[in-house]
Amino acid sequence: MSEAVMTDTGDVLPGGAKGIVADFAADKQAFAVPWGKAMMWFFLLSDTFIFGCFLTSYMTVRMSARDAWPVPSEVFALSFGGEPIPLILIAIMTFILISSSGTMAMAVNMGYRGERNKAFWLMMATAAFGVMFVSMQAFEWTKLIVDDGVRLWSNPMGAAQFGATFFMITGFHGLHVSAGVIFLIVIGRRVKSGFYDRTRGNYEMVEITGLYWHFVDLVWVFIFAFFYLW
Amino acid sequence: MAYVAIADRDHEIEHHAPTTFITKYIWSQDHKVIAIQYAVTALFVGLVALILSGMMRLQLGFPNSFSFITPIDYYQFITMHGMIMVIFLLTALFLGGFGNYLIPLMIGSRDMVFPYMNMLSYWVYLVSVIVLLTSFFVPGGPTGAGWTLYPPQAILPGTPGTDWGIVLMLGSLALFIVAFTMGGLNYVTTILQARTRGMTMMRLPLSLWGIFMATILGLLAFPALFVSAVMMTLDKAAGTSFFMPAVMSMGENLSHEGGSPILFQHLFWFFGHPEVYIVALPAFGLVSDLLSTHARKNIFGYRMMVWAILAIGGLSFIVWAHHMYVSGMNPYFGFFFATTTLIIAVPTAIKVYNWVLTLWQGNIRLTVPMLFAIGFIFTFTHGGLTGIFLGNVVVDLPLSDTYFVVAHFHMVMGVSPIMVVFGSIYHWYPKITGKMFNQTLGKVHFWITFLGTYAIYLPMHYLGFLGVPRRYFAMGDTEFMPESAFTLNQSITISALIVGAAQLIFLYNIIVSLKKGKDAGPNPWQATTLEWQTPDTPPKHGNWGPELPVVHRWAYDYSVPGYHDDFIPQNVPADATPATSEHGSDT
Repeated sequence: MSEAVMTDTGDVLPGGAKGIVADFAADKQAFAVPWGKAMMWFFLLSDTFIFGCFLTSYMTVRMSARDAWPVPSEVFALSFGGEPIPLILIAIMTFILISSSGTMAMAVNMGYRGERNKAFWLMMATAAFGVMFVSMQAFEWTKLIVDDGVRLWSNPMGAAQFGATFFMITGFHGLHVSAGVIFLIVIGRRVKSGFYDRTRGNYEMVEITGLYWHFVDLVWVFIFAFFYLW
Repeated sequence: MAYVAIADRDHEIEHHAPTTFITKYIWSQDHKVIAIQYAVTALFVGLVALILSGMMRLQLGFPNSFSFITPIDYYQFITMHGMIMVIFLLTALFLGGFGNYLIPLMIGSRDMVFPYMNMLSYWVYLVSVIVLLTSFFVPGGPTGAGWTLYPPQAILPGTPGTDWGIVLMLGSLALFIVAFTMGGLNYVTTILQARTRGMTMMRLPLSLWGIFMATILGLLAFPALFVSAVMMTLDKAAGTSFFMPAVMSMGENLSHEGGSPILFQHLFWFFGHPEVYIVALPAFGLVSDLLSTHARKNIFGYRMMVWAILAIGGLSFIVWAHHMYVSGMNPYFGFFFATTTLIIAVPTAIKVYNWVLTLWQGNIRLTVPMLFAIGFIFTFTHGGLTGIFLGNVVVDLPLSDTYFVVAHFHMVMGVSPIMVVFGSIYHWYPKITGKMFNQTLGKVHFWITFLGTYAIYLPMHYLGFLGVPRRYFAMGDTEFMPESAFTLNQSITISALIVGAAQLIFLYNIIVSLKKGKDAGPNPWQATTLEWQTPDTPPKHGNWGPELPVVHRWAYDYSVPGYHDDFIPQNVPADATPATSEHGSDT
């Protein structure tokens, strides 16, 4: 389409490639999305920079540390009576978190279809996965602190920065997951009670919650790669 | 699924004006009230920082004369002065104050998109200010680490305020970032998503382009400060070693080991350099509107001005290490950052030329806002040129940490934005209050401030060339300092005290004019932008009465030939005016 278009205020808009530019710079709104969704995207962009700074700092500190860095496959191994299996716990945790993204996506779908009950239960399933993830993280922390003697400020297995960065970054991520669980429960209750049918008749809030949840999952993939696979 | 814009749904939405005193003026969700709350708080805390600078000047001009200023006090004053001025005054005033007030009015919207979050933003900001000021009253006083808070010294004993001050400072910064994020998300989303019919991005007044880009910079740069604040708090409180190498302090080995102090500098300046533009870009934008309005001429090169703002914003993220030439980082790294630093001078110079060309052959009205706007061109050009000295590695090395640097950054991001702050307060005062301020007092305020600025900062360049180091409590007897340096220091101090006292004229003017000022009318400057076309002055809750305005032209239709006024407001329909304005139908 390359013809010019006339708007309701009588302005003539160009077509073609110039039209794309004109669309972005059009009046009223830059993106045809609800405010909350646009705002969540901007927030996630900002949050990306927070995690980016955390992970960059972790890499710098790991390289400047004088003592040896503990070997992840040994530290994060778990024994079920026999030989220790490397990274088994973290594999399960990652699997759970990725699965929760699946249930979240289904909840968004059900929300837009207007199937309140299904959307609610899928959101609760997502929240339950989140709780499981945080609980397993607590178990992992307990093992490191109680069994291995790792502290925020010290680490018997080598560089003290291992404990500091690990607890700080996984803790910060765990807080994000916990906040997500609360977010899911609050929005889920509103979905179930029909709040969105009464107020605005759409379920965009479920999708906005989902954006946040998927983001927290995505961040975990990076934390997983940098902490456990490096 | 296409989403219907707010401008097309306005009739379906019910508006509830607040009714009680508390919801109107205290827990208010109205962007105009929040803006004034932000501005008053920022100006108050700025006044505290101004007094601190007066105390420092007393010590520097007349060493050994004031027993109540100890070296410890001096370092605390330096730190608090810098941090308050940069973050709690300028950032909060430009974005929380002017951003809040002008965004909804200039885009033709009824409020911010999320008023409740906007209100929270102010209250969290207030808490952060209170936490910061609390540090004056805790044992050991506020931190004296310098506003850059470089570790390891920031958290080691020997630096003032390492018990409480530094923790309160870091906590206060973290709170400020939370507050800014809540406000900033609102500003960006409002500008992008809540414009009225006909208000395209390329018809936005440059004020909003500046505020918009500055907010984006803030959303992407403050995370680095947040992360470094978290890590430094852990270093201080939990004994971690993110930033702490193995250090001997007072003859003892500390338990820290293996951290990276340079990491802090990188994180800090990854925030700190965009921060310069968080302060400068709104000033660029506001001053463009001031110059255009009071010169009765369209802004020269509007599109270039927009692209320059975007280019400066982008480049500001890749110049940070020019603050670190003497940190011991790899010299080749310095070469890269010197190059990007000089490149950023190109869009900045475009802006300066365009301001001057806007004035050229304009019908200049030397009102108080215009005086401050022209003053800004002088101070900013001056500070920008010294920036080119400091951007080059080899020139920077001998000038590093001297008064040349102090003169440079005070000219470019101290005085220049403050000039715009004053100009903008005077410019929008009639709209905010409905009253006109006293012009004569305003002019007196301008001339003392503008000339005083040069009396203070020009000599500092010379002190810097002599090699006088900054941040020293007293110079003592040193061979390289001639007698003239000491007398200059006295003259700087006297000028600084006069300029500081002259700000009382400003306060007096804006407070007394609230009661005694003449009624200003809806559009005293005959400006084109939407905020001057509101049905009420000051604008009421909801801003626009029953109908949202519709925009038909860009923001700079001044002195269009053939029209009966020398300005055409943005909401005047296209067919009511001669078709001579090239930009009137421009998208």
